[in-house]
Amino acid sequence: MIRGGKSLAVLGAAGLTAKLAFDRGGWDLGASTGVREVRDYHRSDRGGPSDFVVARGTATTAPTALVEQALAALGGMGRFISRGDIVVVKPNIGWDRTPLQAANTNPEVVAAVVRMALDSGARKVIVTDASCNDPGRCFQRSGIWAKAHRAGAEVVLPAEHKFRSMRLGGEVLDEWPVYRTLIEADKVINCPVAKHHNLAKYTAAMKNWYGTLGGRRNRLHQSIDVSIADLATFMRPTLTVVDGIRVMMRNGPQGGNIDDTQRMNTVLASIDQVAIDAFGCTLIGQRPENLPYLRMGQERHLGTMQWQTLRPREVAVLDDGSVERRALWVPEGEDPAAVAFALNHARRPMVIT
Amino acid sequence: MSGGDLPLPLPWLGVVGEVPSLDGPSLAHTPAPVVIAKDLVAPAAAVAPPVAAPIARSATGVVERARNWWREKRKPHKRPGSGIPARKIIVALRNSRRVSQFSFLFLFLFLLVRTEFRGSFSGGATVRMPYPVEGFLLADPFVALMTFLSSHTVYRSLWWSVGMVAVTVVFGRVFCGWICPFGTLHHFFAWLFPNPKSGTGGARRVRANMTHPYQNVKYYLLGAFLVAAVCGSAIGGLFDPICISVRAIGLAVLPAISYVTGRGLDQVSQTNIHLFQQGSDVTRDALVATVLQPKQYFFHQTWVIGGLLFAVLLANRWIPRFWCRALCPLGATLGLIARHALFGMEKDHSKCTDCNLCLVDCQGADSPQGGVKWKQDECHMCLNCETACPEDVIKFRFLPNRRSATLAQDGMDRRKVLVAAATGAAVLPLARASDTLDSNYYDRLIRPPGSVPEREFMERCIRCAECMKVCPNNALHPALLESGIEGLWTPILIPRIGYCEPTCVLCGQVCPTGAIQKITEEQKLGNPVRHVEPIKIGTAFYDQGRCLPWSMATPCIVCEEFCPTSPKAIWVEEVDVPDRNGHMVHVQRPHVDPQLCIGCGACEKVCPVQDRPAVYVTSVGESRSRTNVILLETTNYNRS
Repeated sequence: MIRGGKSLAVLGAAGLTAKLAFDRGGWDLGASTGVREVRDYHRSDRGGPSDFVVARGTATTAPTALVEQALAALGGMGRFISRGDIVVVKPNIGWDRTPLQAANTNPEVVAAVVRMALDSGARKVIVTDASCNDPGRCFQRSGIWAKAHRAGAEVVLPAEHKFRSMRLGGEVLDEWPVYRTLIEADKVINCPVAKHHNLAKYTAAMKNWYGTLGGRRNRLHQSIDVSIADLATFMRPTLTVVDGIRVMMRNGPQGGNIDDTQRMNTVLASIDQVAIDAFGCTLIGQRPENLPYLRMGQERHLGTMQWQTLRPREVAVLDDGSVERRALWVPEGEDPAAVAFALNHARRPMVIT
Repeated sequence: MSGGDLPLPLPWLGVVGEVPSLDGPSLAHTPAPVVIAKDLVAPAAAVAPPVAAPIARSATGVVERARNWWREKRKPHKRPGSGIPARKIIVALRNSRRVSQFSFLFLFLFLLVRTEFRGSFSGGATVRMPYPVEGFLLADPFVALMTFLSSHTVYRSLWWSVGMVAVTVVFGRVFCGWICPFGTLHHFFAWLFPNPKSGTGGARRVRANMTHPYQNVKYYLLGAFLVAAVCGSAIGGLFDPICISVRAIGLAVLPAISYVTGRGLDQVSQTNIHLFQQGSDVTRDALVATVLQPKQYFFHQTWVIGGLLFAVLLANRWIPRFWCRALCPLGATLGLIARHALFGMEKDHSKCTDCNLCLVDCQGADSPQGGVKWKQDECHMCLNCETACPEDVIKFRFLPNRRSATLAQDGMDRRKVLVAAATGAAVLPLARASDTLDSNYYDRLIRPPGSVPEREFMERCIRCAECMKVCPNNALHPALLESGIEGLWTPILIPRIGYCEPTCVLCGQVCPTGAIQKITEEQKLGNPVRHVEPIKIGTAFYDQGRCLPWSMATPCIVCEEFCPTSPKAIWVEEVDVPDRNGHMVHVQRPHVDPQLCIGCGACEKVCPVQDRPAVYVTSVGESRSRTNVILLETTNYNRS
């Protein structure tokens, strides 16, 4: 009787296991399922006097002052950050390079953004990136770890377990491991550095989202423009602050030589990641038409290449510390890229009256 | 409770307190019967609720039993024989030895885990280890002696080992018994394996701990290794206990632990229960912040290294401290020094009753028992014998009386010593007459940056694996046969697993013997202003048939992006090439400039052609070699 019961139990358990764990087999087992994911952090924007700001200084201007002026012209950090928010600041900490080599975001710029977010009532500000070189070296030698830590941010280094596979559903990027720390936030501030890129020509805001991916990112380069557009479709930041204090003009994205960089003393801030790259590419003498990923971004309604439609403003911080503000205005019939180029390459902060 | 013939006392039938306990006098004074009697009285008087009674009773029973057990435990063990207690100072020293063993094992593991760069917010642009994580190797007299004989130098901090020699001259092999982390591991496993509770355990341990002839093997090994060192090979590092500990724990045990915890916590995460996932994340964060590394490390052929550690620890099952007694060349070195140590054992043979208690826990198998000669060079100074001796036979003291405890003749066979030396001497010509070093150099034998030329490298590298442990990119691996049998487990760089981080000089910093020199960032990267040439470890080559822009009309050049030199050693040629439909595609075709390439392997690491990359590094052009070169202008036989 007992023996019979036991045999029945074993048989039942085996049957149940087979039923529950039944595997029909077939080829497309690993194919991704589920809905396409989008991270849109821009929804709670309260609006401000401008949506696109260029802050320019002289060689003696502190980067902090430029960031503060740029944000003030957008309507203040309070426009974007609510009390109690968990804010992620995503600089470019991709390379084992020092600040002078300008391959990573300027640490002062990162620290200024962190401080302002905290002052606006953020509960916690996290600074992180998924680096290309050894993360410990990148975070330490870029100076960002020290400066952001001192500004009150929690600096998080990437680790294997912090990536989880997600359905991006892009044109070339379908399912990829995504850096969870970056997307588990209330607000995300993109804080890239403007620089030359040998394949994508110019990179800053949209390309910075490469740092959300784990896995073998090296394959993205075969279709770099579509990859950039796919990533920017997935990540839509609250705010973008582009560091143009020192800009890598050639040998990007890694550089390594101070001769490759040029001091531009510029900080761009916008809610539009397409517009800020369309303007920023003139920093290294590129034209927006040469960057296919910008056109793709515009076609996907991520933003506009027409930065002049965003009520742009210019802020100039002069040598004596005084600040001049004005609306940026492209005259009828003039090429916006040419205007931007002229602005970026003026020898001194230029205020056209 | 099976004794049927003897009736058990029934406390509740007699008068309380008058029932003599069968369990001995200690129980008679316990208040237990009183409590039980009270419990029984209580329900009758209807004072306590009836349910409470059995609970109280069983609880008291447990307390009772625990208390008795504690009393029994605290009672001083009755020593057998004459029962003369051990000297207080010796018991204290034995206890300090245990503390010392634990502390040094902990220190060793701590330094091993810290042999890595994590970065910090307080660190600057220069990256170095904050303290000598390789300290145990620096204090290793066998390593110092071997590399002195092979390279005729004592490399930098290796002079620390003189301190260990001094300690040994005074106190004997205290290193083995008190300090050595590998010895402590063996001590622990030898204690763990033979179950002392099994019937014949004691006798078996006494037999196992008597002096055996196999203990001479380590001296023959030492002889062979030292002769090999004189001939120019530091191959003895394969058997150095500190090297083994770093190598096996650092390259096998820690990554294996990381793998197991990683997989386990992944499983927990996959439950999709939020609480479990959070727990898994918190655990993982905590482990990564302390013991484990943020990514899984993999090491070439490391299962051999881990398997050998497992085997040698398992050997304790049959011969306690088999490694220390039979094989350890460091133990042999210290044994030779300890023969005339000032501190030692004195035996009063006349008092010995042959109880053999001294042998039960003897670590070194050095004949502590009476009637035979003590072997000072085998003794680990664990002091277990004197603590155990109930007859006042064994006494440790300074300048012991040599008449009663004579230094033993070591019983080594002169012929065997000669054979060992001949073996050591034969290793080198046999290994070098193989083709690997001089004639058919393996093209992927890429040494870490700052390595000395290959022959000197063989003189210095002790295979301690410190460099492999510290490498932030998991680039360095123990070689199997890439540099011949002689180069077993020396470091090679496998760029496909990890490239050499250009600004990193940590492998040279932790190298205890100077096989990898302590270079600065400027020396490694070069400085054109001051005419400092960068250190090259190889040169990259393209496999154009596999390269996307070269053969598949597909843009790529990730290699160029990652190339760290400035100007970049990889340059691109802009071309328009047709695809199969005749459409022109604009691609950038990469080329290597052998003058600028430093062989770091970043290109090979990031090449998207996954299985066999389209760009790969070979050792040719390495700065350390005067012959392994490509270009005429870098061929300079006069260069030092």
